[in-house]
Amino acid sequence: MNASTIDFPVQMNRNESNAPGQNMQKPNSPEPEAHAIAPATAFQIGKLSVSFGAHTVLKDVSLDIKARSVTAIIGPSGCGKSTFLRSLNRMHELVPDARMTGTIRLFGENIYGPEIDPVVVRRRVGMVFQKSNPFPTMSISENVTVGLRLNGIRNKGILQERLEKSLKMAALWDEVKDRLNAASTSLSGGQQQRLCIARALAVEPEVILMDEPASALDPLATTKIEELILDLKKDFTIVIVTHNMQQAARISDQTAFFYLGELVEYAATRKIFTNPSVKQTEDYVTGRFG
Amino acid sequence: MESASHHSYRKGKNVLMQLVTLACALLTIIPLFLIFFHLLRSGFGSLNLAFFTHLPRPVGEPGGGMANAIVGTLVLLGLATVLGVPFGVFGGVYLAEYASRRVAWIIRFTADILNGVPSIIWGMAVYALVVLRMKGFSVLAGGIVLGMMMIPMVLRTTEEVLLLVPSGYREAALALGISRWRTVCSIIVRTALKAIVTGLLLSLARVAGETAPLLFTAFGNSVWSHHLSDPIAALPLQIFTFAIAPYDDWHRQAWAGALVLLLMITLINIVVRLLTRDRFAK
Repeated sequence: MNASTIDFPVQMNRNESNAPGQNMQKPNSPEPEAHAIAPATAFQIGKLSVSFGAHTVLKDVSLDIKARSVTAIIGPSGCGKSTFLRSLNRMHELVPDARMTGTIRLFGENIYGPEIDPVVVRRRVGMVFQKSNPFPTMSISENVTVGLRLNGIRNKGILQERLEKSLKMAALWDEVKDRLNAASTSLSGGQQQRLCIARALAVEPEVILMDEPASALDPLATTKIEELILDLKKDFTIVIVTHNMQQAARISDQTAFFYLGELVEYAATRKIFTNPSVKQTEDYVTGRFG
Repeated sequence: MESASHHSYRKGKNVLMQLVTLACALLTIIPLFLIFFHLLRSGFGSLNLAFFTHLPRPVGEPGGGMANAIVGTLVLLGLATVLGVPFGVFGGVYLAEYASRRVAWIIRFTADILNGVPSIIWGMAVYALVVLRMKGFSVLAGGIVLGMMMIPMVLRTTEEVLLLVPSGYREAALALGISRWRTVCSIIVRTALKAIVTGLLLSLARVAGETAPLLFTAFGNSVWSHHLSDPIAALPLQIFTFAIAPYDDWHRQAWAGALVLLLMITLINIVVRLLTRDRFAK
């Protein structure tokens, strides 16, 4: 599954922080990339390829994703942007024939390391889906706290505190505080999606992946989600896949353009939309194809 | 002009199809009412307190009831549930959530064949496996045969309803860092619980009326059974015995027994539905 054999063992980073003088200066340090580890970078992705069976979906993608900023992934349908997003929290592994090569590090740690449990990765890297999917058998409050409860947190005080905090962060608290025990399905589409965001926030992830979170919502609900994303980037790293070019331009700091499984261009959003370096990018963002 | 007549032709066809489907739907539920009213008419007169509290009396002696057969059916269904539900539900979960395509195919195929096995053959199998070994007909053998019949039914319905749970819920739970088995138990099975219970009820209702396999296993008697190794009476057996006897008195009791059996199944249905009803249903 993981071909990154030359990869730095995860313990190395811990050693570094424990005894900085020793490891840093070692002349035979095996990995030149190690210097790039900085808190400003959330993901370092190196030569990532993903295939399902014989079908290769992503080819040799390398990029760094900045922490506490919004990175938009754009590209026509089938370009691999959803697969890219899912490889960041190992959700693509749910497909039986999935294979991945390359490296993905989250704040320096190889999330595909042999000793890393994908369940733990997903606690650090949350996800919001295109179709809002609150659990229908649970109330609003139960939906928010489900990630905590099913991971063994029983303390009522903690649950109550996280419930309120998460709903406030998701800008939903004022609308639901009087009916926390109502069915989650009684909410409107936009509210349901913000509930899903609150649910993802409640487990306190470091990164939130969003797969076209507003594509099924009306313009007003979309605006609310976008404002929310701009608000959340103060505390979280956000990677968002979107089909909506204006949305990418409005909310993201960096934009990556994918085409046919390859990363065509990756730069500051302003540059991608005003002065792209690659002709294909320009054609796509100006609506000439895709 | 032509398009107008074509329009009315299409409309007519539409109405006709609607009527055909309605007729078929009605035909499906009519037998239930026919059976129910017939049982009421023939059996209700023989229902009294004694029917529920007394043992059967010998021919010619008036009165008597089916108390032992009613309790016997409940005991047998209880045993069958204890055996059939865990194996059926867990097997169904395995099939829907964990099995590889190949293994799933084999289990599914086998379960489908088992579901088609005539119930008398189940009775003979358990006769050979349990009754001969225990050297006698028994409550245990009766519970085992009904339980074994339930397993493949429950397994398949559980699998089917689990596969109907939208994958979005599965993904949402896993993306929250919830472990696989927790996701399966607390999200997926929970979401499909009502449908799983419906499957259980259907299989329970089906085995509740089984007579042939019990002839080989529980055998029936007209006294109270005190041990798992005793033979035990059951409503279908008692109905069968009374119905083929040449006495009018027994025939009336058989009708009453059939009515009680139908009411029992209806009651189990209602109770379980109330217990698993949707919290948020209006």
